[in-house]
Amino acid sequence: MKWFWYASPQTFYPLAGTIARGSGIAAALLAAAGLYIGFFVAPTDAQQGEAYRIIFIHVPAAWMSMFIYVVMACWAALGLALNTRLSGMMASALAPTGALFTFIALWTGSLWGKPTWGTYWVWDARLTSELILLFLYLGFMSLQAAIDDPRRADRAGALLAIVGVVNIPIIHYSVVWWNTLHQGASVSVTRAPTMAATMLTGMLLMALAFWAYSIAVSMVRVRCIIRERGG
Amino acid sequence: MSDFFAMGGYAWYVWGSYGVTLACLALEVFLVRKRARETQD
Repeated sequence: MKWFWYASPQTFYPLAGTIARGSGIAAALLAAAGLYIGFFVAPTDAQQGEAYRIIFIHVPAAWMSMFIYVVMACWAALGLALNTRLSGMMASALAPTGALFTFIALWTGSLWGKPTWGTYWVWDARLTSELILLFLYLGFMSLQAAIDDPRRADRAGALLAIVGVVNIPIIHYSVVWWNTLHQGASVSVTRAPTMAATMLTGMLLMALAFWAYSIAVSMVRVRCIIRERGG
Repeated sequence: MSDFFAMGGYAWYVWGSYGVTLACLALEVFLVRKRARETQD
């Protein structure tokens, strides 16, 4: 595949439109399936009752908030290393969606925390590092907005994004390293999940839906940025 | 049906989560579409 051919904004532009349409449809279908399983198939949790159903958006949103950041930082690093124009545009296109999922993860976590822990917010390591992630996204966006020259804005944003990557393993391991109120991971690649199969299916479908949604929205946004910067 | 919306007494927490998530995603789609229209010409 001719990667460098697609690295040019003009040639990527029509491809981004096709990807956006396909991902948008996939997101709607996956969300419909995930919500159906989440509300009508998955059983009531023995300990948390119906409140646990927040998991179907909370966990996928938290995953996306971290994953989008890593992808954004990779594009930013690629832009710094190779000086390709599209890389910086991709990083800028991903930031608002990443910030949105970070906010959703914090919001739904807060509404889950109240009935299960008795509080909307605690300054434990998991919650605090996730809040820092939100500030990193907002910092990246406002830094870019403050610089008029788009290429300079890309480079400045890239530095911030790359330094901020250090926060991602901190979020991930916070529940292991510190004694947090937040529970440990329920799903892991190295051991069997500690939840019912239907719950896991619903959660994974929602994760895929958020994934497809993020691709669709950021592809439409990158097309806007390509147009705004004159192709 | 009303049992479903009551969510076993957790209605505010469950629907508060889903409602705000839906509102956020809808707002982002609206804003990005608006931006796409404005840059079209």
